[in-house]
Amino acid sequence: MTGLKTGDQGAMAQLYDRYSSVVYAIALRVLGDTGAAEDVLQEVFLQLWRNPSAFDAARGSLGSWLAVVTRNRAIDSLRKRRPETDIENVVLSVAPDLASDAERARAAEKVRGVMGTMAPAQRSALEMAYWEGMSHSEIADKTGEPLGTVKTRIRAGLIALRKAFQT
Amino acid sequence: MNGHEQYAEDLALYALDALTGEDRVKLAQHLATCASCRLELEQLRGDTALLALSAAGPRPPQRARQRLLDAVAREPRTVIARPNAPRLAWWGWLGWAATAAVLVFALSLWRENLTLQSTLASAGFQAAESARQLDELRKIAAPIIEPEAQRVTLVAAKAPPQPQGKAFYLKNRSSLVFLANNMPALPPQKAYELWLIPTNGDPIPAGVFKPDSHGSATVVNPPLPAGAEAKAFAITVENEAGSPKPTSPVLMMGTGE
Repeated sequence: MTGLKTGDQGAMAQLYDRYSSVVYAIALRVLGDTGAAEDVLQEVFLQLWRNPSAFDAARGSLGSWLAVVTRNRAIDSLRKRRPETDIENVVLSVAPDLASDAERARAAEKVRGVMGTMAPAQRSALEMAYWEGMSHSEIADKTGEPLGTVKTRIRAGLIALRKAFQT
Repeated sequence: MNGHEQYAEDLALYALDALTGEDRVKLAQHLATCASCRLELEQLRGDTALLALSAAGPRPPQRARQRLLDAVAREPRTVIARPNAPRLAWWGWLGWAATAAVLVFALSLWRENLTLQSTLASAGFQAAESARQLDELRKIAAPIIEPEAQRVTLVAAKAPPQPQGKAFYLKNRSSLVFLANNMPALPPQKAYELWLIPTNGDPIPAGVFKPDSHGSATVVNPPLPAGAEAKAFAITVENEAGSPKPTSPVLMMGTGE
């Protein structure tokens, strides 16, 4: 990141080599289209190049930050809306960095394990919100469940993930 | 969450950008003044990053790397990294009142922007840019409104610290910032309530607050009726849920300077 802040293009290439696979995987999962996912990949890294100060290393890991930014951009693209979240507003507490393939594979296995233990309705609500960018009211409309139930399920799902990584 | 459980579920949705409408606007307003909820939001965003891990797929095509590096080479760096030193030297020259006035203005714009964002998705790009600029102003104002900020009240030497409150009010925006220092501790289940005393009519509730361990408190943009003319502001002690009308003697009161 230091190199990026001084405009070092080699540093950009290194960051790309380290994180492009996770960024691309997230964009592809949301969009289901390789061309659109590639566009998001390009956009996310260019945003970081243009404004490296948007990422605050004291507040979280770069890998997790890129994951959140990528998912938000991909959802914007999916819903055919202009970018709504400025990357400077994405602040998250420390989470796994996902810098290496092995680290990502271990973490992915753990996430899939937690998701597998969730009730189908809870997993479904969480996935609709996260991967499809649906609002709580859209999820409630689609599932026929009360808004409060949808809210409770989504929060409980996120907390379950958090706990799995705290142990 | 320290008494903020009512926001817990909405915070999770907010972290996923899945909260819409009035709920979103209300939570955004609360986040502007609540450090513990902002911290929880950051944690929840970290949790959403974990969800991203479950995505697996092929690596990006090789051409994508070259495409990015070509774009980087074509695009000289235009953004100047922010120094860690105080960002705006002129800030120190502003008086406290002027500072707070800027803060009120910024927060009211920010609030309007949130409302716009929730209702005018098509204006998203401009709203995002506007939000970025206003967020910057909010960061600048953080030493005034953040609970963790060190607050020092200077008084005449040898004078004991006295409870003190300052209200900054923009009638045409219904925006109010109130800062208090040296407030005495409260009995259990009680809170201070701020009142806008209009030129005509009954006192209007303008926020309930409890001072921190240092006696400091902040109220930012409580719900107020549009365009209420303020003759004065006052403080009473009420039940912690707040009261629609004052039920105890006025402890502090002030009129416009």
